[in-house]
Amino acid sequence: MLSLVTFLPLAGVLAIIIAARNNANTARYIALIVSLATFVLSLRLLLDFDTSTAAFQFMEESAWLPAFGITYRMGVDGISLPFVLLTAFLTPLCILASWESVQKMVKEYMIAFLALESFVIGVFCALDFILFYILWEAMLIPMFLLIGVWGGPNRVYAALKFFLYTLAGSVLMLIAIIVMKNTAGTFSIPDLMNVPLDFNLQIWLFLGFFVSFAVKVPMWPFHTWLPDAHVEAPTGGSVILAGVLLKMGAYGFLRFSIPMLPDASRYFVPMVFGLSLVAIVYTALVALMQKDLKKLIAYSSVSHMGFVTIGIFSFNQQGLEGGILQMVNHGIVAGGLFLLVGVIYDRMHTREIAKFGGLANVMPVYAVIFMLFTMSAVGLPGTNGFIGEFLILLGAFLANKGVAVVATTGLVLGAAYMLWLYKKVFFGVIHSEEVQALKDMNKRELAIFAPLIVLIFWIGFYPGPFLEIMHASVEQLLVQSHTIKAGATAVAMY
Amino acid sequence: MSRELLIIVAPLIGSMIAGLFGRYIGKVMARNVTILGMTVSAVLAIIVFMEIAVGDAPEIRQEVFSWIVAGDFKVHFGILIDRITATMLIVVSGISTLIHIYSIGYMAEDPHQPRFFSYLSFFTFAMLMLVTGDNFLQLFFGWEGVGLASYLLIGFWYQKESACNAAMKAFLVNRVGDFGFALGIFAIYMIFGTLDYAEVFKMAATAQYPKTIDFIIFGASDTITVITLLLFIGAMGKSAQFILHTWLPDAMEGPTPVSALIHAATMVTAGVFMVCRTSPLFELSQTSLTVVTLVGATTALFAATVGLVQNDIKRVIAYSTCSQLGYMFFAAGVSAYSAAIFHLMTHAFFKALLFLSAGAVIHAMHHEQDMRKMGGLWKKIPITYTVMMIGTLALTGFPYLAGFFSKDAILEAAYASHTTVGMVAWVMGMTAAVLTSFYSFRLIFMTFHGKPRDQHAYDHAKEAPWSIRFPLLVLAVGAIFAGMLGAPMVHGGWFKEAIVLAPGHDAMANAHHVALWVKWLPFGAFLIGVLLAWVLYIKVTTLPKILAETYSGIYKFLLNAWYFDKLYDKLFVRPAKAIGNGFWQTGDVTIIDGYGVNGIAATCGRIAQWFRGVQTGYVYHYAFAMIIGLLVLVTVYS
Repeated sequence: MLSLVTFLPLAGVLAIIIAARNNANTARYIALIVSLATFVLSLRLLLDFDTSTAAFQFMEESAWLPAFGITYRMGVDGISLPFVLLTAFLTPLCILASWESVQKMVKEYMIAFLALESFVIGVFCALDFILFYILWEAMLIPMFLLIGVWGGPNRVYAALKFFLYTLAGSVLMLIAIIVMKNTAGTFSIPDLMNVPLDFNLQIWLFLGFFVSFAVKVPMWPFHTWLPDAHVEAPTGGSVILAGVLLKMGAYGFLRFSIPMLPDASRYFVPMVFGLSLVAIVYTALVALMQKDLKKLIAYSSVSHMGFVTIGIFSFNQQGLEGGILQMVNHGIVAGGLFLLVGVIYDRMHTREIAKFGGLANVMPVYAVIFMLFTMSAVGLPGTNGFIGEFLILLGAFLANKGVAVVATTGLVLGAAYMLWLYKKVFFGVIHSEEVQALKDMNKRELAIFAPLIVLIFWIGFYPGPFLEIMHASVEQLLVQSHTIKAGATAVAMY
Repeated sequence: MSRELLIIVAPLIGSMIAGLFGRYIGKVMARNVTILGMTVSAVLAIIVFMEIAVGDAPEIRQEVFSWIVAGDFKVHFGILIDRITATMLIVVSGISTLIHIYSIGYMAEDPHQPRFFSYLSFFTFAMLMLVTGDNFLQLFFGWEGVGLASYLLIGFWYQKESACNAAMKAFLVNRVGDFGFALGIFAIYMIFGTLDYAEVFKMAATAQYPKTIDFIIFGASDTITVITLLLFIGAMGKSAQFILHTWLPDAMEGPTPVSALIHAATMVTAGVFMVCRTSPLFELSQTSLTVVTLVGATTALFAATVGLVQNDIKRVIAYSTCSQLGYMFFAAGVSAYSAAIFHLMTHAFFKALLFLSAGAVIHAMHHEQDMRKMGGLWKKIPITYTVMMIGTLALTGFPYLAGFFSKDAILEAAYASHTTVGMVAWVMGMTAAVLTSFYSFRLIFMTFHGKPRDQHAYDHAKEAPWSIRFPLLVLAVGAIFAGMLGAPMVHGGWFKEAIVLAPGHDAMANAHHVALWVKWLPFGAFLIGVLLAWVLYIKVTTLPKILAETYSGIYKFLLNAWYFDKLYDKLFVRPAKAIGNGFWQTGDVTIIDGYGVNGIAATCGRIAQWFRGVQTGYVYHYAFAMIIGLLVLVTVYS
């Protein structure tokens, strides 16, 4: 079942290669249908998912390269399932958003997109370290192509920066993986969670993983690839980048750092808190000064992910659940905001904030939807953003009041740059003929946003079902995070 | 759906229909739908009020649904209606309905009516959520909801740059308050393990909580003081108290019905409501009560001084609102919560009345708000003049009108508290009462008396249509009788368990026994104010100009509202931008990318360049290198 969800998009790739020789529309329809089917299958996973247990479910295991101890092993729990769903949910929306805006090499674009979906879902399902690593790296290739081929004017620089940044981080992770294998004798992720490790070793392993994950999140100061990548990436690419790829870093903390290296994770809490706080305040202030729509939202992503890492490392249920939920929320809201920018980019072919102004006059529906996403981004109660942010800050307060106080200033700063953006783009009088001639959103565009809007309110008013998926797994993670793996000597160190 | 739930939800339904389908059903229909929703809500609110506040029915508690569950953190949506809430329901639903009706006439020419009515009803829904919640998070929900509505309505005329800036300012300053409020909520959860009012108050009353909390740089601090001060920061933002007040005068950029409903009668009183609602906590911290008293008294006096010299008719009333909110807070600070709520209620009537009459004046003057261009209007718009006079008299405490009862109750309580801060507040409040009377009658005299200063506008001024006049008359009746009818509120224990008083906090009980001169002094203040205004604006009309020129420093200081806007611009706005730019250009572009990322890339490039230089491809270069290598090896190993 999991393999089917993971590799169905790859089957779609094959179908496009075979069926859609030179016909762009066939490629579009195949991609849409395949991604929708993947989403339906992922919902099936959700239906069969047992929320009462923290164990991995839908396990699949078969020997792959037995000589090296590498196994094909897949499974999901309450922590990875939300991301599988999120990926499967966002991909069809991206394909719809690219329907008209991508006109060159449509076939190849759709192939890249489906391949990307497949690898990303695989990353969240993989329970063998080598399998995980291969998918983690494989995913870079389609993303690299999406930015480098279908991106904006400075796309090559952005694509290379993205690729090398991430790759540099991953290399350290690979070393950490090999060291773990040599120490514990297995690549199996569930098994490694129970292997005792020396404290000093944990420290080094943690740092190895940390760089890799911190680049992906991205945490300050590893974030500078993100604004460039977002600005140059096509709309669909930005959505997947903000919506899913950033989550892989935080997922790494949840899946590897905390359960496998709990002592080191606790040891490094001050560092993570420190970097996250810098991210929240620093990037919020930077966002305030941006002149490019996408760059502003990109910086806001860094700020929001700062909240997520604080939530995760507060090591209590509110913080952890808030963190995971906020990742899903961010996928919906930042994804939605990038889609919204795409809507006007398709019409005006510019993202410069100063070129707009007075849009509310000519695109009222668009203005309302944008306002809704803005409010979710600033964490207004009744939207999903509030639930996540609130739980994170509550968790942070329980863990460390000073951190919570500084992080809470993000509420003010976040509102400042989002409202400033909104004012500049939508309010005021129209001062250019181009804006005057703009048409409001069409049905296809509305169809993209409808499901996102439903989720904003659903999670905002009734987050129960979403939190329930993760309860059991988070509880187990909580236990793991407080486990002492290093033995008595090392504990004395802190 | 229970009756109580319908009170809250009916405006929301109206708002959604008008907002989502306004363009299909037309503006008249959209308008009527929202008014219908409001009427349903108001009628039910009156019924509930009669049962609970006039009758003796027990408080209502309902659990609607479970909202957030994460670990031991559980919050639900619930309804709690006791006598405080019942009073608020009347104020909110009642005045909101009147203002919906008023807006029919006032907004008649606006092309975006469905949007306007939708926002207005949405505001009412959020405000009702705020007052009916039975836990802190729901209070916060309503709190932020009204903030959003306020933002949308201040910026309703979004083509005006000033309106957009005012809207943003309101939202951001309120967010600063929310920052404290949110931290307060976290602290409550941390200490009590729940956010439910009943449970928190019960534990607080029986002292089942750790006495001190280690609060960052402040070290071990009194738990309740930390919590209540954090909550109070939120109240200061929402109720425009001193240092967080700057957004309220600018909020007058919104349409006048909005100013009346949100920025005078209801939303800005949310902070007062919050403090009274959490009286079981505030009562446990003398420090917090002192802070509340001083901030309230300062605001009362500060805003009144600024109100003296403003020329925009709406700004005068806005500063007056700010000042009156200060009164409510220092009432709460001296433990006279019932007087605070009482004044909140009477103020809602006469301040809404004042704003709406000002709106009628503005309407009559074709959107002119500068009082220097008005004058002599009483002949042209006598009804407006009459109701505005009633409102002014009610505000300034003319005997037996609304303000006479409520404001005097506050001043008497402050006097009777027999504490130093109480006396300070009393003196400041009494001074502010003189100023209130002065600026209120200055407004009346400048607008309605004397000679018309803009003959053209004067000639065309005419009385407003019935939809505008009807709410004015209803509110005028309220402004006359609300004090008399509400007077029992300040008598012992009317609010039952809703308000808790610590032993010894008996300012309210003592207030009834103060000396006669204390009771009549506010009336003296009223007379002085009227007299001064009469001298300056009727008798010797050249005097104000001379005074302003002689004391130009003070005049400018007051006219610019103590230069708070400039100060904040220098202190926060500019530095934030400069730092943001610095982080971006220096931090990201120069250091991280320049030295870090691209620096490493460039270094790699240089090294590679060097290696490339070695690989020339010429055989004799390689041969030369081999010979050198051979020589070195031979030398070393020989």
